[in-house]
Amino acid sequence: MTGAEKQILDEGGIERVLARIAHEILERNQGTSNLALIGIRTRGVFLAERLQKKLFEIENKEVPVGILDITLYRDDLSEVGPKPEVHETNIPFDLKGKAVILVDDVLFTGRTIRAALDAVIDLGRPKVIRLAVLVDRGHRELPIKADYVGKNIPTSLQDRVTIHLKETDGVDEAVISGGSKV
Amino acid sequence: MTQTAKTQWTQKDLLGLRDLSVAEIELILDTAKSFSEVSQREVKKVPVLRGKTVVNLFLEPSTRTRVSFELAEKRLSADSIGMASGGSSMTKGESLWDTIANIEALKVDIIVMRHGSSGAPHRISNYTKCGVVNAGDGINEHPTQALLDMFTLREIKGKIKGLKVVFVGDILHSRVARSNIWGLTKLGAEVVICGPKTLIPWGIEELGVKVIHDVKKAIDGADAVTLLRIQMERQNETLFPSIREYASTYGMNTELFKYAKPDAILMHPGPVNRGVEIESALADSPQSYILKQVTNGIAVRMAVLYLLSGAMKNEK
Repeated sequence: MTGAEKQILDEGGIERVLARIAHEILERNQGTSNLALIGIRTRGVFLAERLQKKLFEIENKEVPVGILDITLYRDDLSEVGPKPEVHETNIPFDLKGKAVILVDDVLFTGRTIRAALDAVIDLGRPKVIRLAVLVDRGHRELPIKADYVGKNIPTSLQDRVTIHLKETDGVDEAVISGGSKV
Repeated sequence: MTQTAKTQWTQKDLLGLRDLSVAEIELILDTAKSFSEVSQREVKKVPVLRGKTVVNLFLEPSTRTRVSFELAEKRLSADSIGMASGGSSMTKGESLWDTIANIEALKVDIIVMRHGSSGAPHRISNYTKCGVVNAGDGINEHPTQALLDMFTLREIKGKIKGLKVVFVGDILHSRVARSNIWGLTKLGAEVVICGPKTLIPWGIEELGVKVIHDVKKAIDGADAVTLLRIQMERQNETLFPSIREYASTYGMNTELFKYAKPDAILMHPGPVNRGVEIESALADSPQSYILKQVTNGIAVRMAVLYLLSGAMKNEK
C-alpha cells in the first residue's frame, strides 16, 4: 500500500517557480545571448518549452529549445533485462559556444544528469552547461548540483516524487507520496 | 521517469521476420528512427554497446550488408571483428559448429552471420549462448534488409498498412523478397510478386501475396516497387532464355514506371545491375530511394543490435 499523497506544488506554484527561474537565468546570463534550453525527455522537454515562453515574455527574444533522450548514455544498461525504449534526440542548433540550460523535472540521484552531460558533450562543445530543475528531492549518488531549483523538498528514499504536467498528464502539480510500508 | 508499458524485446536472436510479431517489428522500426539521428552527428558514436563484442561471420560475399553492420557496431561503440570463410580455419576443414564454439570461447556477445545455406543461423542459434543476427541465409531470409525497406517505406509514405508494394525480378532465389513478404503482410500491406514463371517459387500465394506475371498490370497503382537482381550465382540451370530478353520484358524503365502511382517510390536492395533489371536513368531519378535505403540500413542494424544486447544477458 502506498502512503498518503501530498501536493507540494499546484498549478500556480509551478507557474511562479518557472517565472522565477526564467528571471534567474536571464540575470546570470545577462540576457538571452547565446542561451539555449535543452529539455530531458519526457517532462523536462515541456518545462524547457515553458521556460522558453517565459523568457520570450520577459525579453521578447526566442531562445532555442532542444530535446535530449539520455537512454543511450544510462549507466544501468549492462544490467540484466530488456533494453529501455530509445526516443529521438533533436538539438536543432549548434552547441558550440552556447550557454546551455539543461532542464529536468526532478533531481534525485543525479544519474540522469550525468548521462545528459555526456550526451550533450557528444553533440558539441557548449561554453557552459547549467542545470534547472523543478524539484530537488535530495539523495544524490553523484557530485551533481542544480543551478536553478524550483523547490527543495526533503524526502526519504522510499518517497515518490511525481510531477504531473498538462502536456502529458492533464494537470499541473508536484506530488509526494509515501513509500510502500512492508 | 515513467516508462509506458510497451512491447519489450526478449529474444536473443534475430533470425527472420517470419518469427516476429507486429509489435516486435514496430519496436525495431521505432527504435531505428531514434538511432538515425546518431549518423547525422559530427561525432557519430554513442556509448551504448561499450564492452560488447560482435563477430561478423560472413561465409558468403557481401559488401553493403557487411559494411553496414560494421558501421552500426562501431557507432554503438561495440568492438567488432570480421571473419570470412576464405582466410579462416574453415578452409582447413573446421566445421561451422567448431568455429562457433571457438567464437563463443572468445567471449563474444553477438554473431552476425551470413551463410549460403538456408537455416544455418537457426541451427547455430540453438547451439550458442551468443545472440545471432541473420545477415542473409541462402534463399530463406534477410531480415535486416526487409526491416530497412519497411523503415524507408514508412519514412516516405508515413505508413505501411494499405500500401501496394510490388517486387519484380528473381523471387525464387531472393531472401530479401521472402523477408519482405513476411514483414509487409504482417503490417497490412498488399504485396504483389512479378517475374518470369520460372523465377517465382511455386505456391508463394500461400504467404498471402498476389502473383502477376505482366509487369504493367503488376505495378499498376503501386505505392512502391522493389526491383530484384537476377542471382546468376544461385542458378545452375537455365531458367530464362537470356539476360537481354529478361531486360526487355522485366527491366524497369522510366516509361514503364509511369504505370505505378505518380508518387511511387523505387527501391532496390543492391547490388544494382544497370541495364538489366533497372534502366540507369531511373536508378538515378528522384523517385529512386536506393541510396536512402543504404543510409537507413545503419540505423536499423543499430536498433537490432541494441535490442538484442539486452536479451542475451538472460541466457548467461
